Amino acid sequence: MMMSEYPLWASLPASVLLIAGGVLALIGSAGLLRLPNFYARMHGPTMGNTLGLGCVLLASMLVASAQGERLVFQELLIAVFVVLTSPITALLLMQAALYRDRMERRTASTE
Amino acid sequence: MNMVLTWAVSFALIGFALGMACAVIRLLRGPAAHDRILALDALYVNGMLLILTLGIRFGSRVYFDIALLMALFGFVGSAAMAKFLLRGEVIEP
Repeated sequence: MMMSEYPLWASLPASVLLIAGGVLALIGSAGLLRLPNFYARMHGPTMGNTLGLGCVLLASMLVASAQGERLVFQELLIAVFVVLTSPITALLLMQAALYRDRMERRTASTE
Repeated sequence: MNMVLTWAVSFALIGFALGMACAVIRLLRGPAAHDRILALDALYVNGMLLILTLGIRFGSRVYFDIALLMALFGFVGSAAMAKFLLRGEVIEP
């Protein structure tokens, strides 16, 4: 299956969505690298990567629909799963970071 | 006109690879343990995006299943590691 067979209505929006997804994911990961402390770094991956994932999933749905000549929406499974689970991970990590910082401060103040 | 899709796929692949590189640098450098777990989380999400983009590139549906499995096991791993940092054990009696 070569890529030159897709019709224009699928390949053009898919290209725009792919570029947007790449830029968003890169911004999220660069935020992970560059922001000063952990509580600021939390925001980069959780928002940038989730937005990038949405863009790439939409592009994948478009291309798969054009390729199979029917509606393909299994990608919604990944979208629903990630939207459900990424806040849970973020909450757990944030709780862990708060707890560990608090313990560290308590041990530092008693010494 | 369909060259546009090829170039967009290449651009997106480069973007995700750079994102994974950022996450790996943070994973190696990160001052605390929760920084490293956050970097691992970003790493698996970027890898899943890479696999999905490769699926668009090669026009195969197998890559979708791989991406779904990566989402499932990545979440389980990140949640387990965060729980371990929080409590000291993963499954409490």
